[in-house]
Amino acid sequence: MSYDLKEVCKDIRCDIMTSIGHLGVGHIGGCLSVTELLAVLYFEEMHIDPANPKMPGRDRFVCSKGHAGPAVYATLANRGYFDRKELLTLNQGGTNLPSHCDMNRTTGIDMTTGSLGQGFSCAVGVALGSKMEEDGATIFTLIGDGESQEGQIWEAAMFAAAKKLDNLIGFTDYNKLQIDGSVAEVNDIAPLADKWRAFGWNVIEVKDGNDVEQVSAAVKEAKTMRGSGRPTMVILNTLKGCGVQWIVDLGAGNHNTNVNEEQAKAAIAEIRGE
Amino acid sequence: MEMRAVYAECLAEMMEQDRHVCVLDADLSKASGTRKLYERFPKQMFDCGVAEQDMASIAAGLASYGFKPWIESFTPFATRRICDQIAISISYAKQNVKIVGTDPGISAELNGGTHMSMEDVGVIRSIPGMVIFEPVDAVQLRAAMPALAAYEGPVYMRLFRKTLPDVFPADYKFDLFKADTLREGKDLTIFVSGFLTKDVLDAAAELAAEGIDCEVVNVHTIKPIDRETVIASARKTGAVLTVENHNVIGGLHSAVLEALAQEKIPAVAVGVQDRFGEVGKMPYLREVLGMRTEDIVAAAKKAAALK
Repeated sequence: MSYDLKEVCKDIRCDIMTSIGHLGVGHIGGCLSVTELLAVLYFEEMHIDPANPKMPGRDRFVCSKGHAGPAVYATLANRGYFDRKELLTLNQGGTNLPSHCDMNRTTGIDMTTGSLGQGFSCAVGVALGSKMEEDGATIFTLIGDGESQEGQIWEAAMFAAAKKLDNLIGFTDYNKLQIDGSVAEVNDIAPLADKWRAFGWNVIEVKDGNDVEQVSAAVKEAKTMRGSGRPTMVILNTLKGCGVQWIVDLGAGNHNTNVNEEQAKAAIAEIRGE
Repeated sequence: MEMRAVYAECLAEMMEQDRHVCVLDADLSKASGTRKLYERFPKQMFDCGVAEQDMASIAAGLASYGFKPWIESFTPFATRRICDQIAISISYAKQNVKIVGTDPGISAELNGGTHMSMEDVGVIRSIPGMVIFEPVDAVQLRAAMPALAAYEGPVYMRLFRKTLPDVFPADYKFDLFKADTLREGKDLTIFVSGFLTKDVLDAAAELAAEGIDCEVVNVHTIKPIDRETVIASARKTGAVLTVENHNVIGGLHSAVLEALAQEKIPAVAVGVQDRFGEVGKMPYLREVLGMRTEDIVAAAKKAAALK
């Protein structure tokens, strides 16, 4: 079955707005910036079965920037892992959909993340496990650009290359913003591609990480690098808050911000192009 | 036999029987006694280099894939350095990872204050979901290893890596969650963990000669503490002494007193009095930190006198 990924992205964005709007606050900017990636992975590239979420040998996704949980939940719900109505429970007491991804609470979540840097190492462990099992799975993981300031990211980068984990495909959500300001001003991670190459990774740079066709082509290219003996990092140049102009305009202020239901409705109309 | 040799032997047995058992190091496999296992089990041994945080989270990832990883380093680097990774990647995520810290407390000797963890039990004890075990001798360690492996969840083991005198008999029956009463008495109870257990038994013999009848309980599992045994023994004797190779804040003393919080029973502590360690050999360190057999005898008399 093939999906219209542009429509899928709209559905995911709308559900992010609905769930965060219903709650009133959330990590909106970094959810909207990774929507195209999640659509490509879950609706096109990953070997998964929503009816059998723990299927052995499945591809896995570790959202190391765990605060993008709401975007992952919207994606999982649209892919059929659970009812979309559950999205309205986001961050309510007793929910299965907490701010940050929790493998023990949410159907379809492969790893608990939220303390930045750790999920990336966990993904490396998962990739190592898959190699040991020789099950042929591909392990995908997403890190933030601010998260890339964590030392643990580079410990894991070194280990993954040293152990030749070419079943590991990483993505950087390079939206250039973090909580305290622009990444360049706070503690610059540039030149990012050079850093990953220096750590022994293949690097693919995507000019517009919110163009679903560019993202799709990059993931397909990354998959062809299995056999290279190197893990691959796909750097997605993205727009934090992509899809909703007033959220984009908040700049660094859109990391975690208030969104009321009126604003959410207006945003959904904007996303739908109405 | 050195404790680390017993530990490595047990790991080898497990790896032979189960390909999912694996061991991760952070450049200290020689200290942990597992270096030789790299040749024998090349597909189950991984050296992460000097990157303990990465090691802990990689282990969590492996555990999520059905593997049974053991990670090891010196005690401070296996605990306080990777406290957040243990809390989130391992315990919060409910991953079955065994964490082994070697050279606890003053046994770090010549590595000195930087490597001398006096707080590791306190750090790990405050993380929900963790089990903390500290072996007394090779007999107990050998008996415990299969129990630690069989327990489905994170465990921190505080491993003295050199040779220790035998305390337990060869036919010792181990229960991970049950403290062992080594000596029955009526005047006070000495709760002890780790290598100091032998010294406590020596102190109890000395005290008996002076007419003070000590009960000695080895609390090998500091978390969850065996409340039943601790409370019953303390009620029976009416006075408590705790003896540990750790800061008296956060370790065995704290754990025992938390269990006894609603009992009106006086307690005295032998252990590190909220200070950092320093370089030196064990006899010197035990003297400056007040952890010799004679210090235990004096503290026991003080505890008995408080009744």
